[in-house]
Amino acid sequence: MSSRPATLTAPQPWFTEKVLMGQPWAEYRRGLFTPFNAVAAFVLAIGIPIIVYRFAAGLGATTNLSQTNPWGIWIGFDMLCGVALAAGGYTLATTVYIFGLDDYHPVVRPAVLTGFLGYVFAVLGLMCDLGRPWNLPIPMVYSFGTTSVMFEVGWCVMLYTIVLALEFSPALFQWLGWQTLRTYLLRATIGLTVAAVMLSTLHQSSLGALFLMAPTKLHPLWYSPFIPIFFFVSSIVAGLSMVIVESSLSHRAFQSRVDHHVDMDKLVLGLARAASVILFAYVFLRLQGLADSGRTDLLATPLGLWFIAEIVLFAAVPCLLFAHGARTRNATLVRWTAGWSVLGIVVYRLNVSVVAYNWEAAERYIPSWMEVWTSLTLVTTGILVFRWIVNRMPVLRDESGH
Amino acid sequence: MRLTRRTFFKLGGAAGALTLAGPAPAAGAASKVPGGSMKAVLVDTTKCVGCRACEAACAEANGLSGPELAGDDRVFAAPRTTSTRAFTVVNRYPGHDGAPDRFVKRQCMHCVEPACASACLARAIEKTPEGPVVYHGDRCLGCRYCMVACPFEVPKFEYESATPFIRKCTFCPERQAKGLEPACTSVCPTGALTFGTRATLLLEARQRVYGSPEKYAQEIYGELEAGGTSWMYIGDRPLEKVGLPASVPNVAFSSLTQPALAAVPFVLTLWPPLLMGLYTFSQRRNGVDAAATTDTHEVRHE
Repeated sequence: MSSRPATLTAPQPWFTEKVLMGQPWAEYRRGLFTPFNAVAAFVLAIGIPIIVYRFAAGLGATTNLSQTNPWGIWIGFDMLCGVALAAGGYTLATTVYIFGLDDYHPVVRPAVLTGFLGYVFAVLGLMCDLGRPWNLPIPMVYSFGTTSVMFEVGWCVMLYTIVLALEFSPALFQWLGWQTLRTYLLRATIGLTVAAVMLSTLHQSSLGALFLMAPTKLHPLWYSPFIPIFFFVSSIVAGLSMVIVESSLSHRAFQSRVDHHVDMDKLVLGLARAASVILFAYVFLRLQGLADSGRTDLLATPLGLWFIAEIVLFAAVPCLLFAHGARTRNATLVRWTAGWSVLGIVVYRLNVSVVAYNWEAAERYIPSWMEVWTSLTLVTTGILVFRWIVNRMPVLRDESGH
Repeated sequence: MRLTRRTFFKLGGAAGALTLAGPAPAAGAASKVPGGSMKAVLVDTTKCVGCRACEAACAEANGLSGPELAGDDRVFAAPRTTSTRAFTVVNRYPGHDGAPDRFVKRQCMHCVEPACASACLARAIEKTPEGPVVYHGDRCLGCRYCMVACPFEVPKFEYESATPFIRKCTFCPERQAKGLEPACTSVCPTGALTFGTRATLLLEARQRVYGSPEKYAQEIYGELEAGGTSWMYIGDRPLEKVGLPASVPNVAFSSLTQPALAAVPFVLTLWPPLLMGLYTFSQRRNGVDAAATTDTHEVRHE
């Protein structure tokens, strides 16, 4: 990560100014040799050939998927977690533009960018997982499986990715200096935010509703007719927690790019308060699902204990810690809790899609190292793209002159 | 074994007798049987001798590489599942306390309202009005949601291929279109497989099961499971004991996701007015003149 020179003496060529951030090529290249880049290069050097190999040789050669376990971590982590953790985009846009809580404005753009990249990389993960990804246009263009939850998910994810791109585009146009286009898109802010909420309500919940089709395969403690509601409510928590985590890391990593006039601690405490209230509701929703399942007898089994651990450790505990942190104005505690809460969302999504799925089957699924490495590659690439954009476009601070 | 006209009338008579006997399933119910006019198969496991002629006929009809270990009883050592290369398999289940071994043929159940078809986002799997659940590989995305949805674990995916398809029993729609039976039922030498319409076969099954309670377990597997299947099983012991999945809900699986999908229009119509109301409210509270919103947007949102 290299910083922009303090003063620009003379007008520079477009490429140098925009892409190399005003540095001569040799200096820019020198700046690339950082420990983080070395790790990222190592991950990509192995990960990209794996992805090529997956498309050349098929899913059997690269994954531990089977006839019994057709879905693995490319669905359970890349898709389910990727989309949930990208929920900060619609959550914060609603907070600021609909609820009018303008104080949170400094975190909207990074949240929208995180959301957009989250969706793009979730879709890339999905492309790896699909056996015949070249047929992706078919349900979009002429063969509509309207009885399928997957159809709803597919359409909403596609449309919402476009909405996120449009929501972020003012920053892109500002970087490119296309002021007229930028002004038009800013006028669409409210409309885009409403569309974002509609589409997110639908597909965040539908990612859970996918599993309604597996009543004999998903563990009774996790199978619930309310699973779409659990997924939707927890996505709000995921979005808020992710914004806390992401803003904290960004303010550390991009010192030169942030607006130092913003009291981030204050914003983080406010987000924690909201996350605590929603987690509180979420814990009780899950208990309601437990009561509805009528299978409390299963709580005393190993998976039952894991179910209790999930709700207590990964939902009730962060709920209390968020509340305590907000009350005692302890931003550090809130930030660590947000990390824990993000982990909790990952645990819930993986429990539904992997751990509690096919719980009675003799053959259990454990991802292959190539599956794990592919997911790691996608996350790493996402971070690199995020960094590339944040270093160039007005994301972490306002450069519009207002 | 196709039902002849005569056996059909015999069945009708038996069903009529049942009607007179009490509030048992009535003959008149035949018209109300879900998928009653669709083609179906009744599997009577008490009649199957495990010759596996059906496996061979299936492999030939579908151009598959023949049944594994043909003519070799070691194939029964452990229950097998269907695969991308074997759309039907016969498994042996040992009898206990002097009861004979039983052989159970497995293949696609061809549900009346298939979970796989309702789960497919590209309509690559369809239930035809004639009965077969057919697959159109040219529309398939390979998402494998059909495999997640199917409670009988029938759709199988070609993991070894870079251009994979889903493979499963087709119920031989081409043969049926020519007036032929499916390959497997056409070669069954013992009458374990009976081909006919679902309504008549359900009557036949009831006649056998309720008419000979000493011989049959009082159950018709597939009558209600997953909302009813075109392949139905009867036998001398509960079918769950011989490999058929237990606890499959007695509802069409499309009804499991229907409430979630029914919420879509409400989300799409109720969110915008609600959110716009909140927006107006927050604008007022923040002291912004509603008339000047267009100009102030840029300032406020940047």
